[in-house]
Amino acid sequence: MEKFTTHTGVGVPLRRSNVDTDQIIPAVYLKRVTRTGFEDALFAAWRGDPDFVLNQDAYRSGSVLVAGPDFGTGSSREHAVWALKDYGFRAVLSARFADIFRGNSGKQGLLAAQLAQEDIELIWKVLESAPGTEVTVDLESRTVTCGDVVAPFQVDDYTRWRLMEGLDDIGLTLGHEEDIAEFERSRPSYKPTTLPAKHLPTVEVRAARPIALPIQPVSR
Amino acid sequence: MGKTLAEKVWAEHVVRRGDDGAPDLLYIDLHLVHEVTSPQAFEGLRLAGRKVRRPDLTIATEDHNTPTLDIDLPIADVTSRTQIETLRRNAAEFGVRIHSLGDADQGIVHQVGPQLGLTQPGMTVVCGDSHTSTHGAFGALAFGIGTSEVEHVLATQTLPLAPFKTMAINVEGQLPPGTTSKDIILAIIAKIGTGGGQGYVLEYRGEAIRALSMEARMTICNMSIEAGARAGMIAPDETTFAYLKGRPHAPEGADWDAAVEHWRTLRTDDDAVFDAEVTLRASDLEPFVTWGTNPGQGLPISASVPVPEEIADENERVAAERAIEYMGLVPGTPLKEIPVDTVFIGSCTNGRIEDLRSVAKVFQGRRKADNVRVLVVPASARVRLQAEAEGLDRIFLEFGAEWRNAGCSMCLGMNPDQLAPGERAASTSNRNFEGRQGKGGRTHLVSPLVAAATAIRGTLSSVADLAADDPSFADLDVAELDGSPLVPLDPRVPMQV
Ligand code: SF4
Repeated sequence: MEKFTTHTGVGVPLRRSNVDTDQIIPAVYLKRVTRTGFEDALFAAWRGDPDFVLNQDAYRSGSVLVAGPDFGTGSSREHAVWALKDYGFRAVLSARFADIFRGNSGKQGLLAAQLAQEDIELIWKVLESAPGTEVTVDLESRTVTCGDVVAPFQVDDYTRWRLMEGLDDIGLTLGHEEDIAEFERSRPSYKPTTLPAKHLPTVEVRAARPIALPIQPVSR
Repeated sequence: MGKTLAEKVWAEHVVRRGDDGAPDLLYIDLHLVHEVTSPQAFEGLRLAGRKVRRPDLTIATEDHNTPTLDIDLPIADVTSRTQIETLRRNAAEFGVRIHSLGDADQGIVHQVGPQLGLTQPGMTVVCGDSHTSTHGAFGALAFGIGTSEVEHVLATQTLPLAPFKTMAINVEGQLPPGTTSKDIILAIIAKIGTGGGQGYVLEYRGEAIRALSMEARMTICNMSIEAGARAGMIAPDETTFAYLKGRPHAPEGADWDAAVEHWRTLRTDDDAVFDAEVTLRASDLEPFVTWGTNPGQGLPISASVPVPEEIADENERVAAERAIEYMGLVPGTPLKEIPVDTVFIGSCTNGRIEDLRSVAKVFQGRRKADNVRVLVVPASARVRLQAEAEGLDRIFLEFGAEWRNAGCSMCLGMNPDQLAPGERAASTSNRNFEGRQGKGGRTHLVSPLVAAATAIRGTLSSVADLAADDPSFADLDVAELDGSPLVPLDPRVPMQV
């Protein structure tokens, strides 16, 4: 995971509250087998609307999403975070996040920064009156700067530390590799392994075929 | 103070205690993988340049998307084919053992682990599938995980986990004839609700549980998740050891002795305290069916569709109204008068050999009701082979049922086995959510015996009802409808699943 100390990028005002994960990425995109390339799926239902904020040139290259309260509610799909990241977002600012979304963001290195709604409103005004204005999100000092607006934000200490160190959950666990290896040495020998594979005798499995059900009289 | 079974298994797997409030790091003994929830996890490894830490504790099988017909032909559905091919490629690239379509060990992931003897008491077992709780029947701590966690386990063989609470579910007394472990778990869920187990690991205990076979125990643990629980467990005993002995991956020789000695310690201490406790009398049970759209909306089969106006709780009333409308039912209708279009016998809940045997005992020498389509889908290719060795397939076909290849099939309808809109099914699977078995499809969850009786009468029925309208059933001994073999095994097929 990339380290995150401070990020500066074009702010995108998303004046909507309760943006749920179905709106962030509709269910049809969940059938994909890849982890990347979800940028086209982000806000898919709204992207056809020429007035939608991401369809306006000034915001197109945005990387800081400034959203209304209750962002990321609904299904727990991690795809919502992947889609935001693939599009190029590094941070989402909102007055309130759904817990699971916040958790998933932390795992994937997307900063979910919680601001007071008044500050969100001030930032929206700046971004809307001067589209293309950049927003600086400083994780070190936990402040957001946009034009004249300087606002504090909240993020829990653990997530902040992980983002600043660039540690995802896996990286963090691998930091304890010695402990894991040590544990493995003490596992009893009777614990099973899948390899080398052991089987019952291999038997040919015949394919079932569609059947026209034979209607035969059966003795009852 | 003593420890519960779940706490013991947890304690044996702590790699690292989390300091102040941080989660414990738990070692995972067995990681089961299937095609639907693994592709992004493997891709994540690839993007980060990581390897699978323990391919030898990982096993993959194809189940959710696999067709149950024509398995030797290319898979017609493009999404399904892509997911399956992706799994095959990932397994090859990362060195993970895989059982593909056509392989005798292919099947639903929760059948494959136990039948190979890979699921053993006291293990931690995970899979990107909520019904991983099935493996708890062996006294393993087994739970479903999300895709990020799948990646975490692949890369580290561990998971950071916050502790859980424990709940004892005591099932006292003996089950009446014609009732099964499916009826026990449906009754439990109806009692504690679909959220009643939230945050808990359930431990099923009591005389009725001890009397169950391993397969029947798996049915109960399988549906723990339907009560909202993290996992379900049953302490291992002689039944467990007998099931495991001689399976391909069961310990042998001195290892077996050491293992059994340890497994015997895996029981809740007498002075241990559960965070919650629920008791159920097995002797009061009768076959259970669901009438609504969540597994908690179930009733004894002699009851009637609820009348919403009579439900005091506002939320429950609204939920019932909605469910009854979706299910196309009339309040007050006796459940036994509800006609079904399809009977589905299969899934990781009830697609095992014992389930098929008990169904075959009811079917033998009879024919299905004219308007009903009957689908019998074994949980794994081994179960299918075993059933064929016992001649069960002939009974099913003569009955007028379709006999299919192994997989999840109509449990979730990711393959072509789906309900049409408005079609009504009696299903031995575990979820009756709206559209679960096909868009607009209506599902009644039932035991294999109820499914079998329903296939004959055409309306939701228990086996006891069969004799009532057809004297030829009088000699059907309900008490003998257990999962024991129907006919002697063919000695040329040295197989036990
Ligand atoms: S049979 Fe159904 S519940 Fe079981 S793993 Fe397959 S889809 Fe899930």
